[in-house]
Order: sequence, then C-alpha cells, then structure tokens
Amino acid sequence: MAIRVVSAESMEIRSSDAVVLVRQAVRKKSISLGLGLVDQTKVVTASSELARNTLDYGGGGTAHLELVENGTRSGLRITFEDQGPGIPDVDLALTDGYTTGNGMGLGLSGAKRLSNEFEIWSKPGEGTRVSILRWK
Amino acid sequence: MDRIPILKMGDFLLVTIQVDMHDRLALSLQDDLTGQIVKHRAHGVLIDISALEIVDSFIGRMLASIASMAHLLDAQTVVVGMQPAVAITLVELGLPMKGIRTALDVEKGMTALRGAILEAGQDGDTGRIR
Amino acid sequence: MPTATSRLPHVFEKREQEISDQWIEKQQATGRKLTAAEREQANRQSREFLRSLKTALKQNSSGDVSGPDWAGVREFLVDLSSRRAKDGYTPRETASFVFSLKQPLFSALKNEFGSDAKAVADEVWFATLLLDELGLLTTDAFQKSREDVILRQQKELLELSTPVVRLWENILALPLIGTLDSARTQVVMQNLLEAIVQTRSDYAIIDITGVPVVDTLVAQHLLKTVAAARLMGADCLISGIRPQIAQTIIHLGVDLSEVTTKATLADAFEVALRRSGHKVVRQDAAPVSAAR
Repeated sequence: MAIRVVSAESMEIRSSDAVVLVRQAVRKKSISLGLGLVDQTKVVTASSELARNTLDYGGGGTAHLELVENGTRSGLRITFEDQGPGIPDVDLALTDGYTTGNGMGLGLSGAKRLSNEFEIWSKPGEGTRVSILRWK
Repeated sequence: MDRIPILKMGDFLLVTIQVDMHDRLALSLQDDLTGQIVKHRAHGVLIDISALEIVDSFIGRMLASIASMAHLLDAQTVVVGMQPAVAITLVELGLPMKGIRTALDVEKGMTALRGAILEAGQDGDTGRIR
Repeated sequence: MPTATSRLPHVFEKREQEISDQWIEKQQATGRKLTAAEREQANRQSREFLRSLKTALKQNSSGDVSGPDWAGVREFLVDLSSRRAKDGYTPRETASFVFSLKQPLFSALKNEFGSDAKAVADEVWFATLLLDELGLLTTDAFQKSREDVILRQQKELLELSTPVVRLWENILALPLIGTLDSARTQVVMQNLLEAIVQTRSDYAIIDITGVPVVDTLVAQHLLKTVAAARLMGADCLISGIRPQIAQTIIHLGVDLSEVTTKATLADAFEVALRRSGHKVVRQDAAPVSAAR
C-alpha cells in the first residue's frame, strides 16, 4: 500500500480542551479534503472518541493529522498515540465496547465503524497507537 | 467560565446547547439543570441540540445522565433538533440512546413533553421512560 | 540501477527540438487517424509535456516521480488521460503518448553519448524506467476516470431509486426497490432524514416489497434507518413483509419487536393515520368527517 503523506500536523492532547481543538482541526482538514457533510461528521466524531480515549485511558498523548494520497485517491488519516498503560486484549476491548456500550471499548469500536480503515497497536506498559482513515 | 443558559418556559425548562462542550461545561450544566428543576418544580426539560454538529459518546452519555437525573426529580426530558448527519453518525457509532426521547424541533418537543408528563402522571409512580 | 543524478536533463536541454520533432512524427505515424485540429492539439500537448518533463528532470532526476517536483508532470498526464478518455481514445492510444517518446529519446541519447557505451546503457535504462512509470500513470488515471463515470452513474441511479413520497401531511413513504447494501442505505438514510426535516413528518413507512433479499445485513441496514429516523423524532413502520421474509427474520434472530411491521403499505398507512389522530370515513349518506 503506497500511501503518500501530502501534509501533516500534530497536536498534543493533555486536557479536555484539547479534545475540542482536535475536533476543530479534523473538521477543517476534512473540509479541505472535500468530504461530504456526513463523512465529515463521521471522521470528526471518530476523532473525538479516540482523542477522549487518549486523554482518559492513555494519560494524554498526541494526535497526528495527515492528508494522504494513494495513487489517485485522497484521504485523511488521523493517528492517536500515547505512552499509557496499553490495552491487554484489544479484540476483547473492541467487542466489549460494542456490547456494553461503555467507555474505551465503545470509542474504539465506534471509531472503527465510522472509518474506512482502522489500525491499532497496543502493548501493556508501553502505550497505544490507533490510526483511522477516511477516503474521499 | 461560560455556563449554558437555562430558560424557563412555563412548566418547562429549555436548554439550548450551542457551543462545543468540554467536560467542565457539561458537568456544570448537569448541576445547574438539576438545581433549576427543583427550584422551579419543573416537569419538563427540553434540550435543543440543533446547533451541535457533533454528538460523540461523551455528549450522548451526558444527555442520558440528564434524562435520568431529571426523571428522578419527576421531570421528563426531550432532546430536539438533532441534525441528520449527526443522527446517521450516532447510529453508526452504535451508542445506545435508549431512554432518551427525541423530537424534530422545539414545537414538536413541547407536544412530546406534554404527552410524556401526562403519561408519567397517569402511571402513578414517576412513569417509565420508553 | 539509474545513476544518482542522470544526465538526462542535460540531454533534454541540448536536444529538445530534435526529440520533440521525432516524437511528434512518431505519434502521428503510429496513432489513430487525426483531423487537422486534433493533430494541432496533440502537437501542443506534446510540446507542453516535454517542457514540464524538462523542468521536472532539472529539479529532480533521481527517478522518483512521486514527489512534489514531479507534481506538474503527473497532473498534466492525469488531465491528458481523462480528456482523452472522454474524447474516445483507447487506453493504449493514451499510454502510447508517453511510450512513443522512448525511441526519439534513445536516439538522442545515442547521438549524445555515442562513444561511451556504458553511459548510453545507463541513461537508456534510466529513461526506460522513467517513461514506464509515467506511461503507467496514464493507464491508472484513465482507469480512474472511467471508474468516476461509473460511480457518478451509480450515484444518480441510487438517488433516482430511493424517492421519498409524502403520503399525508406528516406521513412519508419510502418504497425501496432493489438490494439494500451499505452504500444504498447511506443514501436512503440521508434522503429520508432530509425529507423528515423538510416536511416535519412524524411517521415514515419503509416499504420493502421490492427488496428481493432480506438477510442479516439488510435487516441491520433497516434497523439503522429506523433508529436514525427515531433520533429525528419520527416513528418508522416497515411494510411489505412477505411470508418468507417474516420467517427469515425470525430465524435470523433479528429483533424487530420495537418496530411496527405490516404486510402492506396500505395497512401501514392506515396505522400511521390512526396514530396521528386521523380517521378515514366513507362518504355515504352520512355527513362526513375526514381528518382530525
């Protein structure tokens, strides 16, 4: 998958104010990408979930916003990373969230449902990195 | 710090959420609202979210909390004005919005509230949330 | 392996006219029959391409055409490709635009480095890789513009096939015809919700008589649509449930207990009318009282 990064921007997530700022930044990027309103709403909402997770469960972290290209299509990729406690069982968290409708799991599974592509890496004791992508 | 204004409309309270809420604001809204419900002995709460372009799980849970708290205080809640893109996204997000009554706009919301209050009164106890 | 800095830019600078003339000649010899106007346009495009190729090479002759230095060249080729796709050129004809540049370029290289066999070999190899990459770009772009047309037609078809009908003051009907996949569901939801806002309707009847297959996915899409409408304060009814569909739904374990379902659209309409406080009375001899 030869994804090329066209532009990148990073933001720190250290307080709940930052979650709002992340939403606004993602909104701006998705408008510049030319996404329709529903797709914009989906990617901003997914980002809000993950930013909140980063803050609440990851002890704070960083969001990387990238406009990307893959051949002839363009997209918006947002990666959230933290050096927090990590998630012991990612699959469980993803299914849990769906069934209990609560907390971190809902944010993760929700963000996955709202995005075209979803990648997660997590190691207990090292941290977590979640990446979502929406193609135009 | 900003606080979200709460308007008294007869027997109802109207809350119009217009800003991108952060946690402190959401918590202070819950405080203010429960206080106002008791103070005015209000039986209905109308929450207007027509200006909200994003409703994530945090906001969703906040709305559910407000509805539950209000219910304990014998007040019914209706959330109005959800934008179509938000509705579609919320459904996809998978947030269970059970127990939250919704209506298209303030006018329909008031009709719904009146109906809900009647229902609650007839049930003897404080009624069931659908 | 191309040299880190190819000498191609220099060759272009020195022999541009020679390469250009030969190339245009080659295009005309091997391509389709062109009118005078088309020929003039092709010549213009060739000269423009060579110019931007020359500029790009000067800025970056590493062989990597994906960077910002080559954006101009890429854009030119993508534009050329979509224009030619619309004008009825085949993908082969469009790719030949680039590939036919090989021969003139190779002869220019031979003329330039004639005695130095290694230099000729290296530069020819470099030029080959470069032009291959650019030629393939035209096919990708050609493909994409075809796909764009198909996508646009699909979208138009989707919108045409999901009309929202206003049955009464505050009652909408959505007769679905055809399969209900996730793309279609998205359009259906958008159309329905927008109609709810515009007409301020309280009820929406989703008729699935024309939906041939109802499996778990379709059922999920239906439930999502119902849920979204509910968030906008509208109640949904589902009609057109054929006996087999009823069995399938139960066997699948799909929970439709929260939704009112009826066998026919007419039945559902009656229920919606009743719920919204309407009564339909036959006008016989008795004085009438239709709605409200």
